[in-house]
Amino acid sequence: MNLPTAYVLGLSALLFTMGALGVLIRRNTLVIFMSVELMLNAANLAFIAFARGAADLAGQVLVFFVIAVAAAEVAVGLALIVAIFRTKHSVDIDQINTLRG
Amino acid sequence: MSVDLILFIILATVAVASAAAMLISSNAVYSAMFLVLNFVTIAVIYLVLNAAFIAMVQVTVYAGAIMVLFLFVIMLLGAERAGKGPSIPWQRPVAILMGAVLLGEMAYILLARRGELLAALGEVPQGFGSPTSVGSLLFSRFLLPFEVTSVLLLVAMIGAIVITRDERKESQ
Repeated sequence: MNLPTAYVLGLSALLFTMGALGVLIRRNTLVIFMSVELMLNAANLAFIAFARGAADLAGQVLVFFVIAVAAAEVAVGLALIVAIFRTKHSVDIDQINTLRG
Repeated sequence: MSVDLILFIILATVAVASAAAMLISSNAVYSAMFLVLNFVTIAVIYLVLNAAFIAMVQVTVYAGAIMVLFLFVIMLLGAERAGKGPSIPWQRPVAILMGAVLLGEMAYILLARRGELLAALGEVPQGFGSPTSVGSLLFSRFLLPFEVTSVLLLVAMIGAIVITRDERKESQ
């Protein structure tokens, strides 16, 4: 398989921008969180492309760690959203403007 | 045009379309399903890029575990349709403008270095990206980060349990 690195990096850049747009535009906290996952995935895609380009497996190992960190982040983040929902009864990001419970 | 390039163009179109559908759909469950499609498409691109093990991890951990957790929380909270419409009127145009600026910056860097990035890739050794090769690197050069990851996952698990614990019930 021979695919120039630039094409994959272009797709990665496009997906990252769409994730950033999702964080800025959407009001549903869960969809914002999904957009963050999309951005993490775009970064992973760039890592894999560079690992293939340099023929170095370290890039793939790094993606493995990013996936593990993302799993931990999702567990804590969704727990926070559930805890906030208990007090605010909403997942709208505009309702969540104080740190008090 | 090689077969690889045609395959990549199809996959990239599906990935971008599913990401756009995720952003646009008003129902959070649809957003989650489009994100699953996006993750699976990216896993296939990983396969094209000689990363077989990471592609499988992507499908099981991302498209499997993480998105099931998302769907579970969406349905638990009944938050499918929350947060409609922007509360600040100028937010959406400014966000699109900033996204365009970010994309322009990245396109500039890619175009400025297109010579080395468009170069044809060399052959990779046999078994590049297989579970054996990634695993042997994980347990030799990256052993300490690997062990720290297990502590991180334990901390995240305990943290999730402590945060979601209902404090009002305990005070009664």
